[in-house]
Amino acid sequence: MTFAVTTNHYLVLSLLLFTIGVFGIVARKNMITVLMSIELVLNSVNLNLIAFSYQLSDLTGQIFAVFTITVAAGEAAVGLGILIALYRLRETTTLDQATELRG
Amino acid sequence: MEFLTAHGADLLFYVFAFLALTGALGVVSMRNPMYGAISLLLTFLAIAALFLLRGAEFVGMVQIFVYGGGIMVLFLFVIMLVNLHRLPEIKLFAGQSPLAAVLAIVLLAFFGWFFVHVAFDPAFVHPEVFRAVKGENLGNSQAVAWGLYTQQLLPFEIASVFLLIAMIGAVVLGRKQ
Repeated sequence: MTFAVTTNHYLVLSLLLFTIGVFGIVARKNMITVLMSIELVLNSVNLNLIAFSYQLSDLTGQIFAVFTITVAAGEAAVGLGILIALYRLRETTTLDQATELRG
Repeated sequence: MEFLTAHGADLLFYVFAFLALTGALGVVSMRNPMYGAISLLLTFLAIAALFLLRGAEFVGMVQIFVYGGGIMVLFLFVIMLVNLHRLPEIKLFAGQSPLAAVLAIVLLAFFGWFFVHVAFDPAFVHPEVFRAVKGENLGNSQAVAWGLYTQQLLPFEIASVFLLIAMIGAVVLGRKQ
């Protein structure tokens, strides 16, 4: 029966989420949206870890996903700290206006 | 009814996959980051449900607590802190977005081809492994905790130091000069 969900389904869903996230990171101007797109990418990686953990019947994938969530939480905290610092400096969250290093 | 009992989990996968993709598209397409954050919450919760469907009950709950709770509140507070009144005048996508679309399509085609063609053997799957501690059926949280505090103890301690460093970094960055 082709209706049954396999690991391939999870991989394709994770790939779609990853692609949407990468597009958001590169294409969007607002830094808040860019940070949210990074969270999307990290979530798609977690989905892959869980799918392979299930496929290989190995618990290590789930434990690794816990570490990924830890790193994502730290990344969000520091990223939003940088956002606040940028907003204090420039009164904007648009990334194109962070031109301090342009000669 | 027979169909539902036989394929209920598969149907749930399609429902939550659709919700996750809808939320993800909302994140990259919404002009107002507040709506984007709500779309992101939809994606987080749908992915937590997908974790539950693959036997990762502990990670699914952690996903709801950490992402749906902590990170989402962090995003909402920061969105409320910054002034978004000048948003309508700013263009949504940067000048490099056609290039970004090309990059996304290349990524999708390249990996999609592999992911569709690789065959996985369902006979390998033994979900009871996710609840077993030393061969005893205790539960997923116990099994994850056992792995975390025995084999992965050093990475676990390093993660705690990492969180401390991230906390100090966030405080220093957010401090008034």
